[in-house]
Amino acid sequence: MNQLAVMGAIEQGLLFGILALGVYLTFRILNVPDLTVDGSFALGGAIAAKFIIDGTNPFLATLLAFIVGALAGAFTGVLHTKGKINALLAGILTMIALYSINLRVMGKANLPLLREDTLFTYVKDMGIPNLTVGGVTLLSGVAIIFIVGVLVLKLIIDWFLHTDMGLDLRATGDNSKMIRSFGVNTDSTTIIGLALSNGLVALAGAWVAQYQGFADVGMGIGMIVIGLASVIVGEVLFGSSSIFRVTLAVILGSIVYRLVIALALDAGLNPSDMKLITALIVIIALTVPTVAKGIWKKQAVRSARGGSSDA
Amino acid sequence: MFKQKKSIKIFQSFLFPLLLLSVTACGQQSTTPANNPTPAPATTTASAPSTETKQLTIGIAQFVEHPALDAAREGFISQLAKNGYEKDKQVKIDVQSAQASMDTAIQIAQKFEADKVDLVLAIATPTAQAAAQTSKEIPILFTAVTDPVEAGLVAAMDKPGANVTGTSDMNPVEEQLKLIKEMKADAKSVGIIYSSGEVNSKVQVDAAKAVAGKLGLEIKEAAITSATEVKQAAESMVGKVDAFYVPTDNMVVSSIAAVIGVAEAQKIPVIAGEENSVKSGAIATYGIDYTKLGEQTADMATKILKGEAKPADMAVEVQADMKLVLNKKAAEKMGVTIPKAMLDRAGQVIE
Repeated sequence: MNQLAVMGAIEQGLLFGILALGVYLTFRILNVPDLTVDGSFALGGAIAAKFIIDGTNPFLATLLAFIVGALAGAFTGVLHTKGKINALLAGILTMIALYSINLRVMGKANLPLLREDTLFTYVKDMGIPNLTVGGVTLLSGVAIIFIVGVLVLKLIIDWFLHTDMGLDLRATGDNSKMIRSFGVNTDSTTIIGLALSNGLVALAGAWVAQYQGFADVGMGIGMIVIGLASVIVGEVLFGSSSIFRVTLAVILGSIVYRLVIALALDAGLNPSDMKLITALIVIIALTVPTVAKGIWKKQAVRSARGGSSDA
Repeated sequence: MFKQKKSIKIFQSFLFPLLLLSVTACGQQSTTPANNPTPAPATTTASAPSTETKQLTIGIAQFVEHPALDAAREGFISQLAKNGYEKDKQVKIDVQSAQASMDTAIQIAQKFEADKVDLVLAIATPTAQAAAQTSKEIPILFTAVTDPVEAGLVAAMDKPGANVTGTSDMNPVEEQLKLIKEMKADAKSVGIIYSSGEVNSKVQVDAAKAVAGKLGLEIKEAAITSATEVKQAAESMVGKVDAFYVPTDNMVVSSIAAVIGVAEAQKIPVIAGEENSVKSGAIATYGIDYTKLGEQTADMATKILKGEAKPADMAVEVQADMKLVLNKKAAEKMGVTIPKAMLDRAGQVIE
C-alpha cells in the first residue's frame, strides 16, 4: 500500500474519530441509537463551508458548525423526551429535515472550498515536518496536528463525563428509572447528551469538508454506520475498561476502520463497495463476541458435566 | 421561544412553495407576479417573433449546479434572447435544480408536466431521463448528455423518433487521453474515478478502455457512490497511476477539489473532460465549450417554438469546433511542463 494512502487513512481516521466520539456518547453512554448523525454531519460541513465562503474566519465558522449541530441534536432530544417520539424515529425526522435545511444553507448541492482559507491552510502554514523513521514516513505533519487536536477534544470529553452532569448522563443511559428516583431530570440529560453528540458530529463534518475541499449535501449518508463501526471496532480491539481508555479506543477504532478501507481499496475493491464492507465490519464486530461467549458457555457447561455430553 | 419562532419560519418556508405548487397544478399559471392574468399582449413588443399573444413558458430542469452545467444553462438563456425569446418578456423561464437528487428530478419533471410548459430543457442525463419518462407530449430538449442512445432518451442520434432531442456533450476521450502522452511521454497508467450511478460516466470509461491499448496506456478505474469517497479513491490510486483523467461525471466534477488536492501533493497530472474543471485546477482538456453547447441547444429550441421542426425529426447535435484549454499554474503544481507545441495551439491558456 502506498504511503499517501496510509497517511491519508490516518488523517481521515483522526477526523472521523471526532464523529466516532459523538456516536459513542449517544450509542454507549446514553444508550440511544441516534440517526440525526447523517444529517448533522452534512450540516456541519454546510455551515462551515457557507460561512468560510462568505469570508468568516474558519475557526469561527467551525465553532458555529458545532453550535448549530448541537441545536439539531437538542431538537431530536426534545422530540424524543418532550414529544414522546421513539428515539429512532426522532432521529430520522431531524435527519430528513436537515437534508432540506442543508440545501437551504448551501443554496446548492455542493459548495467547493477551493482557493478559500480554511483551517487546513493554517495547519499547512505551520509547516510541521513529517515524522520519518529510516526513510519511511510514519506520520504526516498534518496528522501530528490532528492528533493534538483530537486528543484535546478527547480529554475535554473525559473531563465532562466525570463532572456531576457527566455522571448524570452516564447514569441516565445505565438505568434511567433509578437515576430519576434520585431526582435527576433525565429529559434534560438526554437533550444535553444528544446536543453534545451532534455538536461533535457537526464539528467532524466541518473539519472533513475543509479537509476534502468541499461540502456536499450527500456527505452525511452512512455516517452513523461509520461512527458505529469505529466505536465497536475500537472497543473490541482496544478495550473499554474506563472512560479514558474507551474514548481513546474509539478514536483508534476510527483509524483502524480507515486503514481497513484503504487496504480493501488497495486490494482492488471499488469505493462503491465500501458501504457493504462497513456493514460487514459492524456485523462481525457485533456478533463475534456474542458467538464466542456462546461457545465459551457451552464449553463451560460441557466441562462441568465432566465432558460426557456431546448432544 | 426562539426555537418556536425558528420552527414556524422553517414551516412557512416549506409550506409556501408547496401551496404554490398545488395552485399551479390546478392549471393556473401564477408563479410569477409579472404574469398577467389576462393573456393581453402587454409585454409583447413589435419585435415579437410569433403572432401568438400568449407568453410562452420554458421549464429548465438542471440536475446539479456546477460550473459546466451552469454555463450550458446561461448559454441557452442568452442565445434564446438573441433569437427573440427574451426572458421575462416573450418567455417565462422556470429554472429548477434537482440538487443531485433523482427523486427531486422526477418531481420537477412532474411539475413541468402539470404546468403544461411549452418546452422543457433538461440539463444532464438524470434530469433528461426524468423528463422523458414523465412527458410524452411536451417537446423536451436535453443538453450535457453524453450518450443519449445509451441513456434511452432517443432511438437513434439522427432520428430521435419521439418528443425528445438535444445536444450531446460527448467528449473526445481519445484526444483527451493523448494529451497525457504529450505532456508525460512515459505515462503508462491512467486512473479514472467515476460514480457508478451515472450512465454517461460509464460510457466514457468504456471509451477510454477501448482506445487505451492503442495509446500504450492502461486504465485503472474506481467507482464511487458518494462525494465523500472521492478523496480516498484518489489516494488509493497513488503509486499505481501516472495521471488522472476526470470524465464529465457530475459527482466527481462537483468534488474535483479532492482529486486536485491529492494530485498536487503527489505530482500527478490531471486531465479533464471539460473546460470548467481546468479552471478549477486540472491541467488540460480538449473539447467542447458548454456555453456554446447551451447556445446550440437554444437554436434548436427556437425552431421548435416557431413550429418549424418537431423533436422526432431533429438529429441530436454534437459540437463541431473543439478547443484546447490549458492551466499553466496547475501544471506547475503537478510537476509537469506543458510543451511549447501545446501552448501554441491552445485556444485558451489560464495563467
